Amino acid sequence: MIEIEGITKRYDATTVVDDVSMVIEPRTIAVIVGTSGSGKTTLLRMINRLVEPTAGVIKLDGADNRSLPGYELRRSIGYAIQGHGLFPHRTVAQNIATVPVLLGWDKARIKARVDELMTLYQLDPQAFGPRYPHELSGGQQQRVGVARALAAEPNVLLMDEPFGALDPIIRNKAQEDLLAIQKRFGTTIILVTHDMEEAVHMGDKIAVMDAGKLVQYAKPAEILARPASAFVESLVGASEKPFRLLSLGRVRDAVEKGGAEGEAIPGDASQRDALAELLWSGRPALPVKGADGKPLGRVTVDGLVKRAARPA
Amino acid sequence: MKEAGLKAWLPSLLRLVLVVLLIAFVTNPDWFEPLLKPLTENNAPVIYNQGSLLSLTLLHLRTVLIATVAATIVAVALAILVTRPAGVEFLPLSRSLVNIGQTFPPVAVLALAVPAVGFGEKPTLIALFLYGLLPIFENALTGLTTLPVNVVEAARGAGMTGWQRLVKVELPLSAPIILGGIRLSVVISLATATIGSTVAARTLGEVIIAGLLSNNLAFILQGGLIVAALAVLIYDGLSAIERYTARRMGQGTA
Repeated sequence: MIEIEGITKRYDATTVVDDVSMVIEPRTIAVIVGTSGSGKTTLLRMINRLVEPTAGVIKLDGADNRSLPGYELRRSIGYAIQGHGLFPHRTVAQNIATVPVLLGWDKARIKARVDELMTLYQLDPQAFGPRYPHELSGGQQQRVGVARALAAEPNVLLMDEPFGALDPIIRNKAQEDLLAIQKRFGTTIILVTHDMEEAVHMGDKIAVMDAGKLVQYAKPAEILARPASAFVESLVGASEKPFRLLSLGRVRDAVEKGGAEGEAIPGDASQRDALAELLWSGRPALPVKGADGKPLGRVTVDGLVKRAARPA
Repeated sequence: MKEAGLKAWLPSLLRLVLVVLLIAFVTNPDWFEPLLKPLTENNAPVIYNQGSLLSLTLLHLRTVLIATVAATIVAVALAILVTRPAGVEFLPLSRSLVNIGQTFPPVAVLALAVPAVGFGEKPTLIALFLYGLLPIFENALTGLTTLPVNVVEAARGAGMTGWQRLVKVELPLSAPIILGGIRLSVVISLATATIGSTVAARTLGEVIIAGLLSNNLAFILQGGLIVAALAVLIYDGLSAIERYTARRMGQGTA
């Protein structure tokens, strides 16, 4: 659990982060959204003390984050940044092993962990381990960057626009990978982005920041349904709201009894994808199949449209 | 195709020829006597006869090596110091100190150093050391202040201490640029070391000065040619090391 209490950061006369308090539950993803200059990155960097706050306290699992020297604190917290920041003079395996080496793990344990992470990220340890970062594609570099951040099995992972430099297709894949890995390791993730789409997709909770202040901190559905201010509303995008709301739900949860013609849609797909498919193919209903391929029922345009309406 | 192959090989071939000629000349200067003979008058000696060219060449290189190593240690240490948060305020001061070292003519340094440390190698070392500081310091400063921002950020974020960042990330990444400064410094020192012989340092300058005093063009030429050949070869060698290091640091292909 991460407790941020009354955190303020001032540089001379300008207040970059202004009295922010929030609690991030363990094993969840909190996304901090805001425009550039909103203080979201500074807030993130105060958690691992790359920036020291002017006032306020941050507690990690109850302990003040100033109870350890900064560098020791940072070894226990994963940190992944935009443009990955891989060490160009070190191989992929050495890059991933950075924090375990600093912590003095023995060689066998480091190798096992590096191999595990590389395999998890679909990078063959034999083939990619000895390569240098500039020999990899952008998507592969990004994956190595996240693998490096996770190497020492941190409970908390901080990510600063980790997908910012990726093209849309690779970005979707990277987001799915991160969600899967978060489930697997139970890591608490705090992710900074300016992309509301990404925030709605990734976050268990979303924190909206504007001019250094925390404007709203709530579940995605709540942010969409009841934006706290005109700024949040504009960030959400008025015309996008119903679709973003649908993107939060799975098809499985919108299934009605009955059958329909045509290719079935998997129950794990988002309701937004199902509606898009319905509209595009001009059909009133789609069959739904479970993970095992068995039919679950159907989704209908009418049913989805009702779900896209503003929650009461 | 054949022509392209030859073009690619030509520089290496020329260097090889130069190395062979240089070694042959300093070990067996007598072989070249007929070539230099026309440059002398009144049956003056053709080949320098007051010491072996080989030992003078080695002493010359030793002087340059000692001065460069010392200048490298001091310049890089100074550059590291002024790029740490605690040392930033010393940046202007150290810049002007190093600049003074460069603007002071080596001859003047020799003249001032002799009364203090006596004749011989010492004043030469002092002059070369001061003269060699600037290129290394400026390059080290450039290297340490133009590191990719997100790489340094990642090193901090991973929990490296200041010392670990310096040794594991900052110095390796700026190594190619620092090497470039060392290369410039070495080449300047190779030429400048010759004037050390005016205060009795044993360098190849001895040969040139002897030629000037006795109006012997053959002496001047052989001293000058050896220094020039050394400078060209060392410059090339260090450039190659620099390119290799840059590739190892994942910086481009050039």
